[in-house]
This record gives sequence, structure tokens and C-alpha cells, in this order.
Amino acid sequence: MEEHLPVLVVLVPMLAAPLCLLLRHRTAVTGFAIAVAWLTFAISVLLLLRVLDQGVISYELGGWPPPWGIEYRIDLLNAFVLILVAGIGAIVATWSPASISVELPRYERHYLFYTAYLLCLTGLLGITATGDLFNVFVFLEISALSSYVLISMGQDRRALTSAYQYLIMGTLGATFILIGIGLLYIMTGTLNMADMAVQLEGVRDTRTVLVAFGFFVVGISVKMALFPLHLWLPNAYAYAPSVVTAFLAATATKVSVYILLRFFFTVFGHEFAFGSMRLWVFLMPLALIGIVTASLVAIFQNNIKRMLAYSSVAQIGYMVLGISFASVNGLTGGIVHLFNHGLMKCALFLAMGCIVMRCGSVHIDEMRGLGRRMPWTMAAFVAAGLSLIGVPLTVGFISKWYLVLAALEQGLWPVAALVLLSSLLAAVYVWRVVEVAYFHEPRAVDGEGAITDAPLSLLLPMWALVIAIFYFGISTEATAGIARMAAESLLGTSP
Amino acid sequence: MSPQTAIYVAVGLPLVGAALVVALRRWPNLREAASLATSGALLAVVLTLLPGVQAGGRPEARVVEVMAGLWMAFEVEPLGMLFALVAAGLWIVTTIYSIGYMRGHHEVDQTRFYACFAVAISAAIGVAFAGNLLTLFIFYEVLTLSTYPLVTHHRTEAAMRGGRLYLGILLSTSVVFLLFAVIWTWYLAGTLDFRPGGILAGTADKGTLAVLLALFAFGTGKAALMPFHRWLPAAMVAPTPVSALLHAVAVVKVGVFTVMKIIVYVFGLELLTGTGLSTWLMYVAAFTILASSLIALTKDNLKARLAYSTVSQLSYIVLGAALATSAGVLGGSMHIAMHAFGKITLFFCAGAIYVAAHKTEISDMDGIGRTMPITMTAFFIGSLSVIGLPPFGGAWSKWFLALGALEADKAIFVAVLMISSLLNVAYLMPIVARAFFVAPSETGPSDDDEGALQGTVLEANGGSSIKEAPTFCLVALCATAAGCLALFFFADELYQLLTPIVKP
Repeated sequence: MEEHLPVLVVLVPMLAAPLCLLLRHRTAVTGFAIAVAWLTFAISVLLLLRVLDQGVISYELGGWPPPWGIEYRIDLLNAFVLILVAGIGAIVATWSPASISVELPRYERHYLFYTAYLLCLTGLLGITATGDLFNVFVFLEISALSSYVLISMGQDRRALTSAYQYLIMGTLGATFILIGIGLLYIMTGTLNMADMAVQLEGVRDTRTVLVAFGFFVVGISVKMALFPLHLWLPNAYAYAPSVVTAFLAATATKVSVYILLRFFFTVFGHEFAFGSMRLWVFLMPLALIGIVTASLVAIFQNNIKRMLAYSSVAQIGYMVLGISFASVNGLTGGIVHLFNHGLMKCALFLAMGCIVMRCGSVHIDEMRGLGRRMPWTMAAFVAAGLSLIGVPLTVGFISKWYLVLAALEQGLWPVAALVLLSSLLAAVYVWRVVEVAYFHEPRAVDGEGAITDAPLSLLLPMWALVIAIFYFGISTEATAGIARMAAESLLGTSP
Repeated sequence: MSPQTAIYVAVGLPLVGAALVVALRRWPNLREAASLATSGALLAVVLTLLPGVQAGGRPEARVVEVMAGLWMAFEVEPLGMLFALVAAGLWIVTTIYSIGYMRGHHEVDQTRFYACFAVAISAAIGVAFAGNLLTLFIFYEVLTLSTYPLVTHHRTEAAMRGGRLYLGILLSTSVVFLLFAVIWTWYLAGTLDFRPGGILAGTADKGTLAVLLALFAFGTGKAALMPFHRWLPAAMVAPTPVSALLHAVAVVKVGVFTVMKIIVYVFGLELLTGTGLSTWLMYVAAFTILASSLIALTKDNLKARLAYSTVSQLSYIVLGAALATSAGVLGGSMHIAMHAFGKITLFFCAGAIYVAAHKTEISDMDGIGRTMPITMTAFFIGSLSVIGLPPFGGAWSKWFLALGALEADKAIFVAVLMISSLLNVAYLMPIVARAFFVAPSETGPSDDDEGALQGTVLEANGGSSIKEAPTFCLVALCATAAGCLALFFFADELYQLLTPIVKP
């Protein structure tokens, strides 16, 4: 049983998804999906412990040895990302029932939601677990197609156009990645990542490989919404149901960042990608411009979900910035921010979900006086918002610390200053909400009773994330420690 | 209690107090009793650490390894000991005062007030006992955030604007300059520990160190060095006990304390005197001293005048640190305590006048000494101490600061200190003179105001009614005024406690 963990983490949600269709009964499906999500999370925790204990795990699918068969290869990096994805998947699933009964009222077939949700989870976990390039593409499509469905379930009719926009952009991105994979396959005759890294040795500088490299860069940039290829993201996040936004915001773009790391550090090798190809010349300016521009745009959003979506684009910038340093501290910062940002953005969007449930909208005017009406929800928002700013004792501080340190190491002090300055932009957009919620009188409620705080079933999962934000902000051995080990192995500075 | 436990308890106790305050929110008397009990217990715990530190001990406690090689750690040294004593001692007095003020003034949300107050004290103690720059920075930010609800207590438009400036300046300076400097120091020195003699010597060239010093000095926005002083007057929208806490105990003192710690334990006095790196900082401090005293002269609002006076007095301490001579550092450190007692007395009096007579402008305070003799006498004593006249505590710190300037061969700063003393006289004494010698104007606007009746009303012989602030307020302001006097006679204790920081 123990040795099958690498495949189980993908297989369990994958098999559970069609079962949801068969079960149909509303309560049964909900309970089943939540149980499956937590089981998946438990498997991912076991996997990480095993990797910490034994080192890299290689799993041969169907008993076919790589490079002929498909290999699932779990090292610290993807075990870490698996924990994030499965953990967020479990928390959001637990949070979901009360919210979707409000947000998808006319949507009778709730089992379809959970089917799509579990499929999306499967796709994201599959991308992360596999050691096979074509498998990455397959899972990429599974996660993408199911997320189009999920986004289009939004109440607002603009959800449909947003999902369509995402579909076009996402398909473009995935196609670029597929073309890249095809070109590499032509040159090496293998699809196994570890094997390809070896086979590329003699042919790295051929034009075909260079073109493949280019297709990967653009394709992955679209999928992870790197500025200026982020246009699909704000609308998709703003109009999707809250559950979906919370889940996707914390996982989908993060997994794309993982693909970036895996392709350019494991397959191409960092000497080639960052040494001779000088990928950082491309990534660093875009990351910095993205951080500043998206933060500025976020300040002027009146739809708070949209504001947080732009903030996500900026935060992707931090991760890519960390990666572009291609140093141990930089990568540690990028990887740990991937995890940390997942926690805080999920908490923020869950808070938005609670507000949608009670007020029906997340327009900034609707949030007047919510500090008194929904104290626990707003307290969670403020706590996660502080983390977004990077206040000490929260996870955001840890990420910033590593990023600034990495910039100073390379003598790039203007970059370090920019990272710190941009936290002030985050402070501005977070505080805008705080002032409205705590200083303005609540809107007059017509007819219905006053707005009260969200039910406990929504508050508990959200506060679990808030506690995690502080816990991992104070004791970082589990996050920054693992991220550092993963960074060292990506750079080949440790065995 | 072992010293290590005492450190944990000192930082944790106010948090427990905050939790108690929230738990007892339905019973105001019990709630205030909890505040008082916690503050008393805190002082007792801090006092248990004193003998060990006086004997040369440096109790340590390591809490958790935040990042590889970077601990959240505490270490008690003389400077932190002094600051913790001041903060814990004045918390008791401020709590007593708050009870009188908040009830006398029918303030709302008192539970939040007392709870945030306790959290702020915990952060101040955390800063005082911080064993390295990271720990100091963490508690510095906790303090900023926990005082924000206090500053914006009234939740009005004005409070929101004041809070925006308060948080904006403190957060921006600390995140952009201070955090930058902290991470840079970590990169250069490979450690953030406070060590006698400093950690930066020999790690970088002079230019880099000069930039670093500037980042530290301006990054510590709480030290209110010009041009980053605007948050202090903006924070006046807060209720008076908060202003007292902010200006005298926690916030600004955390700022100057941070500057002092960084100069003594991160740069090291030898490095600064050897290279003359801090000369520019002396001039910036001197400019702040004079400029803000001049601004204070123009303010008619009593709290605004006191706020600018604070900006000026803080720069005394920064000047002392920048001089980097032993007398300068000692004088600056002593001034942390001396100014705390003097300025808190003045703020208590300003609040008492507001509660009892509803007056905020100095021009309305003609003859107020006749109705509030005790308050105005205390105000007089506080003023004398702030000016630096014997027999009050402020005399000693000014003495040592002047001595420090001479030691550094910079007689010009002695002149700055003397001119500043004259300016202090010019903006504080007229208030006392008006109160006692000018006849009250006939059109006293709000004598029979409802809130005013909360005060202790007594009929005096001359027929003019004595109408003092609530008893709790009076007790507090008399205690701090007496403290000003006591500090003059016990200055040697402070001197003995602090000497080790300049003679390792």
C-alpha cells in the first residue's frame, strides 16, 4: 500500500469524480467529496513524510520501467506542492456546502459541481506528481477543462464570457506547451523528464530545442498569468462562484509556477535556462512590472474579488522574481511564497465568499460597517490582508525576507527596494477595505433583518487557514526549510 | 521565578491581561480591576529581573527559530531593563488615569481600548527585551498595528484620516527603510544579535555603512526624526490616555530606544566615533530639536503643542545616540526615563483639563489654575522637568547630553541644547502663567457641561469653585509629577544601571 502512494494521490480523486455522478444524492455527494478531499490530503502528507525520510520516490506506472513506461517521480518540490494543492482542496471542500447552496441556488445538480471539482483537483495533483512530459499536458487539460466548467457556474452572466476568455487563453497556453513537448520529443525520443534531461545533453543548442524553449516560456507564462499574459485571470476570478475562486486562486497558478520550475530547472537545467539562455532577462523585468502594475490596478478596483485577483497577478510576480534570481535564497523565496500565497489568498477569497453569502455582493459599498456586522469574517480578512502586506509574524513576511535577501546577494538593491515598496501598495488596497468596513456606518438594510456573521461551518475552515498563516509565519522549518532543500536540489548544490 | 521564565511572563502577561479584559467585558469594574492587576503584576515581574541585570547578568530566552539561524530571542541588558521598567511602571499610572478619563468622558468601546492597550504594552516589553534586530522589528510592527485601533478610537472621519497618516508613515518607513536595513545587516554581518561593540565593524565600506545608518535612523519612524514626524501630531485624534501612552511610554520611546540600541549594539560606538559616520545625524537631530520647538510655539491647541514638544525632545535622545560618546549615550538613555515622566504628566494634565473643563485651546485656559490648582501645579512641575531645571529629573539628562557634546568636541550642540531649553520655557511657561495669573474670561463656554460635573466639585473659601478632574485622574498625575521629583534624587541609580552599556 505504502509504495502506491504516488499514484494514489491522483487516483483517489480521479475515481471519486465519476462516483459523484452515480451517487447523486445531495448530502451523500457532499459528504463523499469532502471525505475524498481529506483522504487525498492525508495521502499527500504521507508522501511528504516518506520523501523526507527516504529521498526521491520513483513509481513505475503499470510496472513498466522508465523511460518506457510512465514514471511518477516525487521529490521534495512536488511533494510540497502536492500538500498545498491537496490541503487547499480539502479545506475548500469542507467550506463549500453552505456557500454553494446560496451561490448556485438554481443549479439543481450539485453533484456535477463536485464531479468537476474533484476532476480539477485530479488534474492539478497529476501535473504535480508525474515525471512524464506528455502526462503533464494531459493533466493540464483535465484541470483546465474542469475549471472552465466551474467558472461558468457563476451567478453573474459575465461568468460565461470570463470562462470563454479563459478557455481561449488557457487552450493557447496549453497548445504552446504541447508544441514544445512535441519538439523536444522529436529531438530526444523520450518523454520522461529525467531521461530527457540526459538526452538533451548533446542537442541543447539546436534550433529545434531553442524553439521548444521559447514555446514553453510563453505557454507557461499564460498558464501562470504572468504579466502581460494575465488578462484571463481577473474576470475569471471575479465572476466565478466564491468556492471556485478560492480553490483556483490558491492552486491553479501555483501549479503552473511549479511547471516552470520543473521544466527549466529539471529538464533544461538551470545552467542552460538561466546561464546561456539568460531567462532571467525576460522573467525579472516582467515580474517587476507585473508586481507594480497589477498592485496599482488593484487599488482602483471596486469589486473586491477583482481587486484580490489583480493582487494575485502581482503575487505571481513575486514568485517569478524569486525564481529569476536562480539562487538558493531566491528559489527558496519563490517556492515558499507559492505555498504562503496559496494560504493567504485562499483565506481572503473564503472571506469574500462569506460576504457574498450574507450581502450578495462584494462591491466595496456593500462592505460598509461589516467590521461590526461580521466581526469574525472581517477579522480573518484583516489577518490575511496583513500577511499580503508582509507584516512580521505572518507568512508574507517570510517570503519577502527571502526575496529581499536574494536581491541584495546579487547586488540588485533597486529590486530589493521595489519589493519592499510594493508591499506598501498592498497596504493601500487592503486598508481601503479596512477603512470602509470599520469606519463607515453600515448600509441601511431594507426590510430583511440585519446582516449577521457567517455560520460556523464557513468560519472554521477559514480560520484554520488564518491560524496556518500565523503558524507558518512564526515557525518556518516546515515551509521555508523544505523550500530551501527543494531549491538546493533544483540547483544541484545538494545531493 | 528564573530570569528566563520572567522574560516570558513579562511579554506574555499583558496578552493574558488583554484576554481577561475581553472576557470581562460585561463587568466594567472587574475589567478595569483586571487591567490594574495585570499592570501591577507586570511591574513586579520586571522588577525581579532588575537585581540580576544590575549585577551584570544578561538573562536570555530563545523562543523559536523563525528562519534558519534567525531566532526570536530575548536578552535583557541595562538599556532594555530601564525601558521595560518605565513602560511597566507608567502602564499602572496610565491605567488608573484611563479609568478616570474614559468614564468621566463617557467613551464608547472601552473594552477594545483596554485590550489594545495591553497588547501595545506587551509589544513594548518585547521591544525592550529583544535579543536581536529581527525580534525587535517584529514587536515594533506589532506595536504599530495594536495602537492603530487606539489612535482611531472615535471612528470618525478625522480619526480615519489621522489613523491613515499614523499607519501610513510608520508602516512605510519601517517596511521600506528599516526592514531593508535589517535584511542588509543580516546579509553583511551574518548575524542580527545585539552585541557590545557592534556587529557591523569591518563588514562594509564607509559609504555603505553611512547609507545603512540613514536607513536605520529614518526607518525608525517612531523616533519622529524630521521629515518623518507628521504621524505624531496626526495621532492626537486619539483619546488623551492614548496620547499619553503614545507620546510618553510606548510608541515614541520604542522609536528612540531602537535608535539607541542600533547605535550601541549594531554599529558600536567605536565605529561611529572612529569614522564620523553619524555626524550628519547630529545635525538632523539638532534641526529637529529647534524646528519643532519653534512649531510648538505657534500651536494654540494644547495637545498639538505638547506633540511638537515631544518631537523635539525625542531628538535629544537621537542626538545623544549620534554623538556616540559615553556621556551622550548615557544622557540620551536617561532622557528616555526623564522625558517619559515629564511628558506623561503634561498629557495627563491636558486630559484632565479636557474632562473637567472641556477646554482644548490654550487661549481659553486663562485662570484655569484657580479652578484646577492641583492639575496646574502638576503641569508646572512637568514643565520644569521637560525644560530641564533642577530639582527635577530632566536636569540630569540634559546635563549629560551637554557633557556628551563637549566630549565629542562639538560645542555647537551645547548651544543647541541651551537654545532649545529657552524655547521650552517659551512654549510651556505661558500656559502656567495664564492659568494662575490671568483672570478667567467671563464667557467660559462650557462650565456647566454635563461631563464636567463628573469631576470632584469643592467649594473653596474665595467663592471661586474648585472643579478638578475625577479622582483617578488626579491620583495619576500627582504620581507622575512626584516621579519627576524623585528621579532627580535617584538619578545615580539610573546612572549605575546604565554605565555598563558604554563601558563593556
